[in-house]
Amino acid sequence: MNNLAIKKEEYTATKNACKLCTPLGASLVFKGIRGAVPLLHGSQGCSTYIRRYLISHYKEPIDIACSNFAEETAIFGGGANLKIALENIRRQYDPELVGIATTCLSETIGDDVPMFIREYKDMCEGQELPPIVHISTPSYQGTHMQGFHGAVRALVEGVAEKREQDGRINLFPGMVSPADLRHLKEIMKDFGIPFTMLPDYSDTLDGPLWTEYQRIPPGGTPVEEIRAAGSALGSIEFGSVLAMEKESAGRSLFKKFAVPCHSMGLPIGVDETDRFFNTLSSVSGKPIPAKYQEERGRLLDSYVDGHKYVIEARAVVYGEEDLVASLVQFLKEIGVIPVLCASGGRSGHLQKIIAEMIPDDEQKNIRILENADFTDIESMAEELKADLIIGHSKGYTMSRRLNIPLIRIGFPVHDRVGGARIHHIGYRGTQELFDRIANTLIEARQNASSAGYTYM
Amino acid sequence: MTAIPILKERESQIYQKGTQPFQMKCGKHSLAGSVSQRACVFCGSRVVLYPIADALHLIHGPIGCAAYTWDIRGALSSGPELHRLSFSTDLQEKDVIFGGEKKLYHALSELIDIHQPKAAFIYSTCIVGIIGDDVEAVCKKVSKEKGIDVLPVHSEGFKGTKKDGYKAACDALFKLVGQGSTEGISPYSINILGEFNIGGEAWIIKDYYRRMGVEVVSTMTGDGRVDDVRRSHGAVLNVVQCSGAMTFLAEMMKEKYGIPYIRVSYFGLEDMSKALYDVAAHFSDKPEIMEKTKEIVREEISHIYPELQKIKAAVQGKKAAIYVGGAFKAFSLIKALRYLGMDVVLAGSQTGNDTDYETLRDMCDDGTVIVDDANPLELSKYIIEKKADLFIGGVKERPIAYKMGIGFCDHNHERKTPLAGYSGMLNFAKEVYLTVSSPVWKFAPARQLSVNSDQLLTDFNPRPNTEHRTLNT
Repeated sequence: MNNLAIKKEEYTATKNACKLCTPLGASLVFKGIRGAVPLLHGSQGCSTYIRRYLISHYKEPIDIACSNFAEETAIFGGGANLKIALENIRRQYDPELVGIATTCLSETIGDDVPMFIREYKDMCEGQELPPIVHISTPSYQGTHMQGFHGAVRALVEGVAEKREQDGRINLFPGMVSPADLRHLKEIMKDFGIPFTMLPDYSDTLDGPLWTEYQRIPPGGTPVEEIRAAGSALGSIEFGSVLAMEKESAGRSLFKKFAVPCHSMGLPIGVDETDRFFNTLSSVSGKPIPAKYQEERGRLLDSYVDGHKYVIEARAVVYGEEDLVASLVQFLKEIGVIPVLCASGGRSGHLQKIIAEMIPDDEQKNIRILENADFTDIESMAEELKADLIIGHSKGYTMSRRLNIPLIRIGFPVHDRVGGARIHHIGYRGTQELFDRIANTLIEARQNASSAGYTYM
Repeated sequence: MTAIPILKERESQIYQKGTQPFQMKCGKHSLAGSVSQRACVFCGSRVVLYPIADALHLIHGPIGCAAYTWDIRGALSSGPELHRLSFSTDLQEKDVIFGGEKKLYHALSELIDIHQPKAAFIYSTCIVGIIGDDVEAVCKKVSKEKGIDVLPVHSEGFKGTKKDGYKAACDALFKLVGQGSTEGISPYSINILGEFNIGGEAWIIKDYYRRMGVEVVSTMTGDGRVDDVRRSHGAVLNVVQCSGAMTFLAEMMKEKYGIPYIRVSYFGLEDMSKALYDVAAHFSDKPEIMEKTKEIVREEISHIYPELQKIKAAVQGKKAAIYVGGAFKAFSLIKALRYLGMDVVLAGSQTGNDTDYETLRDMCDDGTVIVDDANPLELSKYIIEKKADLFIGGVKERPIAYKMGIGFCDHNHERKTPLAGYSGMLNFAKEVYLTVSSPVWKFAPARQLSVNSDQLLTDFNPRPNTEHRTLNT
């Protein structure tokens, strides 16, 4: 077969990882719930490092509490610390929800967090407590994406209820940017569909300046809307790798409350965005607003205007598996060859998904690298003579060394401003991404020419 | 909005000068749930050893700890750049169940073969001890096979605070000290400790010492080299900056090799000059060194003086808040800000000790808030109450300042600009000036509230535009 998946040695070191740890993804989700405080059950460093990493991208205050293990905590268990942490969070932040994610430390010593939560609730009998949602996120299992999807699932499993159906649609967008989330909300509002979007960090992680300090930044999915998720008309869940996993928030709502779940890739590119809009229209019974037909029209027009600049360009794509899969689908649409598709994730599904998108008989010789780190990606990118690199900012070193332009998308973007505002979903987001890709290739051609043309 | 609450257990770690008797607590383990700005033991070890550029740094544990510390500091190297790579054993569930020693052994051996480092540091993260890996034994085995030092760093995150991480790093370094030949080392020689070459700072400092006629045997750890550390016991004096981090090593070297040490800081004109004079004074048997030092200080200050005066005129009377890792840096910053005519309204650190906070109390004006191990809510409360114009801290403090329309200066290890030395002081002053005088603050809602009261002052004190131009070119 031509799609060549590369397996790695079992006992090798990970060199410049292309993934992050599980609790980061969970923390990000909890930051997208209104009035929520994430709480990591483990060492102080876990919360501080994750905060630093997130802040450097979103450039917003990001408070993540920690139960702050000491040596004796590791010996006697973290129950007491977790309860003190919950108590202090309530006193300081007065939260509407506390999202607890574990860490490798608390998991390895075998802390029974659900039991601690029950004990804490017993301790607080008679008091009004916010929902406390727990997810198990040892960083030796999966990547930040498992933490992300897992936290979304934990939230619906912990909070959603069966009520009278109110015509709402649940939207599980996956790990997209605040700008993407804002766009999704705009779409839902234009359709006139009531919705629960989970998570929604479009305001909490890309908000305005403040007049007074906000203990918890305004915005996020209201707990009430998560409750209502059990009574929706249907759920739409982005992520083609997620669709192949055993469990997800959407499927959980289907099993528990018979809310139909529609899984699809991230709406990047015309086909996937069409699929999203058509699904929205068919589930809600409402027509697609004219505004989006117009956006679609402009996108197609730009595809045609730019097609010669991008055709058969060779791209290296890396990042979360869901993102990589969706980018490949989009790149195929415009004739760019994703010569290397890499992810630090190891779900085992990426290869199959890409093979279905780009059949062997197209002879593209596409390499798919799961469980990849940047050492693997760079050495292969060099060999494959790529024209451009598409991914987050940790690929900058490789881009610089190989002298191949980097198009920054996804998370993190630590070396530019505006990482939170990179938009790449929907027709409009695809348009922005397409323009950036075309312009990057045009610029490379322009720079390489000795003539220095001002018309390209 | 409701007032920002301070947790009762935290009250003893906050002190406002002139309003209450001084009984500040510090050195405590952070309160669970309080969102401390501190990190962990691993972080302490990692920051100390990070700049050693020809050593392999392998982080033994699941991926997070390595991913979050990949190329995050501005620590430059004049040669090899192994320190800028991130290596992890990336432990998986089966490793946690069956032990990670085999993976550590193979990963380590492979990395040594590929990169041919001078030594290797193996950092233990939280779960390593719990799953029972004998890291020491693996290190010994690989060391024997590969013929290089393979040094375990006992940096399990939960086993103390960041300070314990500093100590673990110093313990590992100390195993290298004494291995090299001290032949040819001048009797007028020093080691620079606790200087991490952020944006090339160690190069600036080393140049001063070189011009004084003092040999720098080893810089620990900025632009660090394993072989330099090995012969560092040949130096006559240890000059320790960032006291929290590397005093442990200075103490051990004093005990074993009889090398005295002095504590210095390279931030601000006053402390920078004192650092040079103190070293010169140590070599009083060679008066030329002191002569030369005076000349250097004069020359360096005269270079930057005119521009500093312009900046001073522009920033005078502005209020600053400081929250940094080590208290020693806070002392220098207070002096440097005072030199610029600014008032310090908040001073705090993550890891200060009793003596540090007493010094801070003595240095600060009445009304200044002093905090130990603060959290975002406390910091925001006091910068607002005290009407700060500038916040000096690290990445985690930056958005707190910005949201409230307050200028910010990054004085942490992520920055890329040298702020040490005389040229660094000018960089610092420029950064302070540029951030506090940006026109964007007039759009900040929190600042608009206080504009009316400041209006009079602004009207009477217009800044000529030419000044902006001079500073920007």
